[in-house]
Amino acid sequence: MISVVVNGEVHKVDADPDTPLLWVLRDHLGLTGAKYGCGAGLCGACTVMMDGQPVRSCRTAVGDIEGRRIVTIEGMRGRVIDALRAAWIALDVPQCGYCQSGQLISAAALLAANPRPSDADIDRAMDGNLCRCGTYRRIRAGIHRAAATLAGAAP
Amino acid sequence: MTGLPRRRFLQLAAVAGAGLAVGVRLGGAGEALAAGGDLAPNAFVRVDTDGTVTVVVKHLEMGQGVDTGLPAIVAEELSVPWPAVRVVSAPADSGRYNNLLFGTAQGTGGSTSMANSWLQLRKAAAAVREMLCEAGARRLGVPRAQVDARQGRVADSASGKGFGYGALVDEAATLPVPQDPPLKDSKDFTLIGKDGAVRRTDATGKTDGSAVYGADVILPDMVTAVVARPPTFGATLARFDDSKARAVPGVRDVVAIPSGVAVVADDTWSALKGREALRVEWRDGAGATLSTDAIRARYAALLEQPGLAARREGDADAALAASGRRLSAVYEVPYLAHAPMEPLSCAVRLGPGRCEIWAGCQSQTSDQAAAAKVLGLQPQQVAINTLFAGGSFGRRANPTSDYIVEAVEIAKRADGPVRLVWTREDDIQGGYYRAFFLHGLDGALDAAGNPVAWRHRLVGQSIAAGTAHAAAMIKDGIDRTSVEGASTLPYAIPNLSVELHSPALPVTVLWWRSVGSSHNGFVTESFLDEMAHAAGRDPLEFRRALLGDAHPRHRAVLDLAAEKAGWGSPLPAGRGRGIAVHESFRSFVAQVAEVSVDGKGGFTVDRVVCAVDCGIAVTPDVVRAQMEGGIAFGLSAALYSAVTLRDGRVGQSNFHDYPVLRMSEMPAVEVHIVPSAEPPTGVGEPGVPPIAPAVANALFAATGRRIRTLPFGGRIREG
Ligand code: FES
Ligand code: FES
Repeated sequence: MISVVVNGEVHKVDADPDTPLLWVLRDHLGLTGAKYGCGAGLCGACTVMMDGQPVRSCRTAVGDIEGRRIVTIEGMRGRVIDALRAAWIALDVPQCGYCQSGQLISAAALLAANPRPSDADIDRAMDGNLCRCGTYRRIRAGIHRAAATLAGAAP
Repeated sequence: MTGLPRRRFLQLAAVAGAGLAVGVRLGGAGEALAAGGDLAPNAFVRVDTDGTVTVVVKHLEMGQGVDTGLPAIVAEELSVPWPAVRVVSAPADSGRYNNLLFGTAQGTGGSTSMANSWLQLRKAAAAVREMLCEAGARRLGVPRAQVDARQGRVADSASGKGFGYGALVDEAATLPVPQDPPLKDSKDFTLIGKDGAVRRTDATGKTDGSAVYGADVILPDMVTAVVARPPTFGATLARFDDSKARAVPGVRDVVAIPSGVAVVADDTWSALKGREALRVEWRDGAGATLSTDAIRARYAALLEQPGLAARREGDADAALAASGRRLSAVYEVPYLAHAPMEPLSCAVRLGPGRCEIWAGCQSQTSDQAAAAKVLGLQPQQVAINTLFAGGSFGRRANPTSDYIVEAVEIAKRADGPVRLVWTREDDIQGGYYRAFFLHGLDGALDAAGNPVAWRHRLVGQSIAAGTAHAAAMIKDGIDRTSVEGASTLPYAIPNLSVELHSPALPVTVLWWRSVGSSHNGFVTESFLDEMAHAAGRDPLEFRRALLGDAHPRHRAVLDLAAEKAGWGSPLPAGRGRGIAVHESFRSFVAQVAEVSVDGKGGFTVDRVVCAVDCGIAVTPDVVRAQMEGGIAFGLSAALYSAVTLRDGRVGQSNFHDYPVLRMSEMPAVEVHIVPSAEPPTGVGEPGVPPIAPAVANALFAATGRRIRTLPFGGRIREG
C-alpha cells in the first residue's frame, strides 16, 4: 500500500511503486481529469501539480511521491485557476478539450511564478503542452486575460 | 481495486440522473425524451415544465462545436435565452438520427453536421414554438396571431400578458404537432450569426475535468484491456506465450482475438506491463516487406502512364505536346496518422441479448452493426452512448469499426465490462492513415502567359475500395475521395485532364481531416503558383483571371483574404507572402501566409489571414475556431508529420518522431467571414487545405525555392 495525498485527501493505493501517477489517479482514484496523451512526457495532457509545480503524471512513479501534495484539475482551487477558467470560458478556448486540463495546470503554474508573462514567457512555459486542435493562440490570450484579471486590471 | 472505480461510477450515475447539465454527454437521450409530463413532440427538442429546453445532438462533439452550433439553431427558432438550453447526445438510432447527407446511416463526418441540421432543427424547434404559442393563445383567450414567442415566453402582443414556456408545456403537449411550421425570418435572428450571442456549451466541463470522454468511462467491476497487434500489415498471429504476462500482478487474462492478443487486467498499467511481458510470434503477410521507398518507386512508374479519367476537357496531351512553354513537377505527400489527442478507447458491457457501448463514436450505425455481428445480435440490441471525443479527424469513422469490434471481441471473452485502451504507439502504428500520394503535374502557357493545358495525374490508394462505401464512392473506377479538390479545379484552362491510378496495397487508409483536399489543395494551389510565376504574373491576379465570373465565391474569399493581408504591399527583406484558395465540403477558404526566413534555412510562419465563406455562419466564433484549428492541423502536416514504412514496419511511434505543431510555432491567425445568405455548410475540415500551399508559396516568394514534398520540415534550402 502506498499512501498519496491527492486534492487534500490521503489515499492508500494498492499499486506497484513503478505505476505512473497518471494511472493511479485515473484507474485507482477515479480522477479522470488528467488525461493520457503519450505516456512519455511528450504532450502534457497528464499534467498535475506536485507541491505547486507542474509535473507530467505519466512520468512520475507513484512510489516516488509519498508525502508529496498532488493536485489534479478537479482539485484546483483559488484565484489563479478561477481567473484562468473564466478566461478560457470567455474566449471559448477549448475545442475537443482533451488537452485543456494539462494546459490549465501549466498556465496556473506559470502565473503563480510570473504574474505578467510576455508572449515569449508563455511559449516557453507552455511549449510542452500539445494541442492537436490548435487552440494555442486562444490559450495565450487566455493567460494574458487571466493575468490582467489577477492584477486587477480590466481584461 | 474494484471499490474505487465504483465510487467514480456512482458519481457518473449521479450526473447522468440529473441528465440535463449543459454539455454533459452521457447518452441517455432516449430516456430524456421519454420522461413524462414534458413537451417532446419530436426527436430533437424537449421543453420541461421549468422552461429548460433540451436539445438532442445526433452528431459527435469532437471539438468542432456541434454541441454549440446545433443547439443555437434550436434556441433561435424556439426563441429561448441561451442559458435555458441543455445538450444531450442522441442514442444510436438510425431511424430517428440518421445523417440526412449519409442516407440511412447515423454518423458525423464530411463537415456535414450543420448542413444536415440547419432545416431539420429549425423545423423541429419551430413546431415546438407553434405548439407553445397555440397553448398560450388559448390560455390568454386571444387569437393565435396575437401572441408572440420571445425569450422563453409566449405573450399577448397587445397587453404584454403571457406565460413562460414551462407553464404551457402540459397544454401544448395535447395539441397536434404542426407538420410545416413557419420558420423565422433571418432578419429577426438574435442568436444566429451574432458574435458573442452563444458560448460553447462544453467549455465549463472542459476546464474543470468533469467532461467525460470515451477513455474516462468507469463501470463497476470493469477490467482494462490493451491489445498486441501485428507489427506489419497483413501479418497474422502464429502463436503466443502468455506465461510471463499472466504472472504480472493485476493481469486477469490473455486472450487471442481476431486483431491480435488482448491482455486484460485490473487497470491500465497492469495491462501495459502484461503486454510487455507477452511473447508473440506473427506470421508475415502481404505487407511484410513494404517500404516507403519501394512504394514511391512503384508510384513514380505509374505516373508515366495515363490513368483513369476523373475529368477531361479539350486535349491536354496534345496541348502539352504543342506548347513551347511547358512546366512539369512531381509532388509527394506522406502517409499520415490522425493522432487525435485522445487515442482510441471504447467501453463495453454485455448482458443477455444486449450490448452497451461507450465511446466517442463517429459512425454509430455501422459501429452498431459491426458490434451486433460479432455478438450475433440485432443492431438495435446494441446501445451506444456517444461521449466526447478528444479529437478524431476521421479516425473514429472507420468502415471496419476496428476499435469498437476489438473491444466487443474482448468483452465477449470476459466476465464483466471491459474498457479497451489504445496507447499513442498503438495509434501511430496501428494503421488507418491518410494515403501516401504522388502527383504528376504538367502545364503549358501560351505566349501571353495564359495557361492552355493542365494535366494532373494522381497515384494513391483508394479509401473506399473494399469497404461498404465502395458502391457509393467509386464510380467508373474513380474513388471521388482520391480526386476531390483536383477534379474540381475551378480555373478556366481549356485543355484539362485529371487522371487517377489507385494501386492496391496492404496499408490501411482512411479519411483524414479534409480527405482528398488534404493533398489536392496543396498540389493544385502550389502548381498553379508555379504557373503564375512562370508566366511572370501576380499569383492573386493570375487566380482571379482564371476564376473569372464562374466562381464568385472563390473570388470573394480570395479578394477578402488578399485585402485584409495587404496583398501587394511591400514586405521587408527576408519576408514572403503566399496565397491559396480551395473549396472543400461546399465551403470556400482562402489564406494568405506570411513567412520570415533567416537566410540560413530557418523560417517562421508569422501570420495567416483567412477568409471563409461557409454560407450563414451560425456561430461565428466556432467558425473562427475551426479555421484556427484547421490551420494548426494543416501546418503540422506541412512542416512535420509523416508516417514512413521500412521492412513493413512503421517508423514512428509517438510525438517525438511524429511531431505536431507547438504553441511557439503557431502563427497569428486572423479569420474573416464572408457575409452570406446561403444555407450553412461545414467548417471542421475546409480550413486545412489552403495552409500548406499558402506557406509553400510564401517560402517560394521569400527564397525562390519551390516546395513539392510534404512535410518540408522546420528548415528549407535557400537560393
Ligand atoms: S501523457 Fe504525460 S506527457 Fe503525454
Ligand atoms: S482542445 Fe483538443 S487537443 Fe487541445
